[in-house]
Amino acid sequence: MKIHEYQAKEILRQNSVPVPAGTPAFSVDEAVKAAETMSSDLWVLKAQIHAGGRGKGGGVKIAKSLEEVRELAGQILGMNLVTHQTGPEGKEVNRLLVEEGVDIARELYAGIVLDRSTENFVFMVSTEGGVEIEKVAAETPEKIVKVWIHPEFGLTIFQARQLAFALGLEDDQVKNGTKTFMALWKTFDSYDCSLAEINPLVVTGNGQVMALDAKMNFDDNGLYRHSNVEEMRDTSEELPSETEASSYQLNYIKLDGNVGCMVNGAGLAMATMDIIKLSGGEPANFLDVGGVANPETVSRGFKLILTDPNVKSILINIFGGIVRCDRVAQGVVDAMSAIDVNVPVVVRLEGTNAKEAATLLEESPLDFLVAISLKDGAEKAVEVAQE
Amino acid sequence: MSILLDKDTRVIVQGITGKEGSFHTEQMIGYGTNVVGGVTPGKGNQTHFDLPVFNTVSEAVNNTDANASVIFVPPPFGPDAIMEAADAGVELVVCITEGIPAADMVRVKNFLHRTKTRMIGPNCPGIISPEKAKIGIMPGFIHKEGSIGVISRSGTLTYEAVYQLTELGIGQSTCVGIGGDPIIGSTFIDLLGLFAEDDGTEGVVLIGEIGGSAEEEAAAWMQKSGFDKPVVAFIAGQTAPPGRRMGHAGAIIAGGKGTATDKMKALRDAGISVVASPADIGITMQQQLGN
Repeated sequence: MKIHEYQAKEILRQNSVPVPAGTPAFSVDEAVKAAETMSSDLWVLKAQIHAGGRGKGGGVKIAKSLEEVRELAGQILGMNLVTHQTGPEGKEVNRLLVEEGVDIARELYAGIVLDRSTENFVFMVSTEGGVEIEKVAAETPEKIVKVWIHPEFGLTIFQARQLAFALGLEDDQVKNGTKTFMALWKTFDSYDCSLAEINPLVVTGNGQVMALDAKMNFDDNGLYRHSNVEEMRDTSEELPSETEASSYQLNYIKLDGNVGCMVNGAGLAMATMDIIKLSGGEPANFLDVGGVANPETVSRGFKLILTDPNVKSILINIFGGIVRCDRVAQGVVDAMSAIDVNVPVVVRLEGTNAKEAATLLEESPLDFLVAISLKDGAEKAVEVAQE
Repeated sequence: MSILLDKDTRVIVQGITGKEGSFHTEQMIGYGTNVVGGVTPGKGNQTHFDLPVFNTVSEAVNNTDANASVIFVPPPFGPDAIMEAADAGVELVVCITEGIPAADMVRVKNFLHRTKTRMIGPNCPGIISPEKAKIGIMPGFIHKEGSIGVISRSGTLTYEAVYQLTELGIGQSTCVGIGGDPIIGSTFIDLLGLFAEDDGTEGVVLIGEIGGSAEEEAAAWMQKSGFDKPVVAFIAGQTAPPGRRMGHAGAIIAGGKGTATDKMKALRDAGISVVASPADIGITMQQQLGN
């Protein structure tokens, strides 16, 4: 799960990671009011959307007066912000973060992620702050310094100090940096984060080591023990169909093609998308209906796929293990009788009770294309989508 | 022959009295698995399907000589269940549970390093040595005894691959679902090592997916170790968009890493036969065996 920068900074503030003074605002008046309470003559207005690259897209502005705060807040709120991460359609800005300007001496980078190869979390810092870290990693990997976090002892003080010295911090900055790194790890650990990225991490004129930006992602599997984090979820950042799917425990991701697919199991769902593409079509979605493909889930699956007007055909690919194919077939028949499915449907059912399922589909008055294999199913679905 | 599991493996079920645990215990017994008991804290001294239920794993091991365990408990209790089994000296622990946080698995793996336990999963379908025994949730009837090992990060996609093999008359020695999470008990390399030593395994089907670098690491290992049995590989997620988690916690292309293209290239460079279509897994293995 992702949260906004202002939410991440609030968590960091509460956990002793220094961040600039700031307040979220949902309207121009709120933005001005927030600016008035800060003892500053320089304010930074930052569009709050989940995508990165906001500065380049015009979503981050500096105001030198309260009048300018009003003017710029008006420009950013409601704008359609296009960045390299939003896609060409962009994202409407409804939230703003108003922050006090900070006296920046140096811009650095700090991040924590899971290193799957070593099966530990890794803390990374770099002197190359404010630029895309992937670029630094590709071009000048020697400029990224890493320490691996011990599963029992967590980040140790000596490791945090190593990071501080690696960044060339001096005098009081070393102590401040060490404290910031320790606090950042503790926050990451206690909130079940999957990613924390501070870019830039800045050294201020008076030697503080502060998070000027903050990105925090959370392990979905850990959310059950962090209801306060789950409350921060902003569903306006998600597609309504994807939000709805997750409320039914279905896993749906919209894509750009026109062949819809409904599959049980994530791996098989990806493989089904792949074979649609290899058959000359483009998948319209990823949809894993999970282990319990019953009439209700099949019906919801249909409705979700059909929310996308691009869909020209639907391929149902179910490999019945524990799930019985005849029950799935009954679900397909029931769903298609109850809702208006106005595109051709190709059904491929294999595994437990596949024969009974085939009979059930054949005897139904409804119009299906029955496929005998994965390849046959994909080819049929692509073919009818092109008609 | 087979790896990890055969008719003599003595299996206990952690969470045996739960809904999932009950259902699959019956299925496993029906397939021929030697299930010797179960564990549900607080339900010791009861019986379930005529099997003894114990309060703790160590009690179960002391009374039944179990050497394998399968875990069907909800995610908040999964990590503890794995550690309890390892602490009791169980050699093989298969965790079916889906939804265990990655940070918990980091700690569990650290715990396991100090034990002799081999763990499979979590978030996996389990292990089957066809016509001998199964520990897990896969449908037994699609499998056939034979000489192809199968290793996969997926569930139903594994069934699809196995079904293709069986339809072509190609049996399997052992099929292992290693799980779809970022941190898992046993990797491709661990299992490839076992298949390399197993005389009953003539070839291996390897099913990977986007995310992480386990497939690249397996490719490098096969090349370095001189793994000489034919391998057919498929990577799911060639059409997956970056930055989106495709169902499995581990299936995500992040920071430009973990793409299907990279994995397929690494495997091909190591001399592995990589199929682009999931429909070609069985037929390609048949061709490999004919060579």
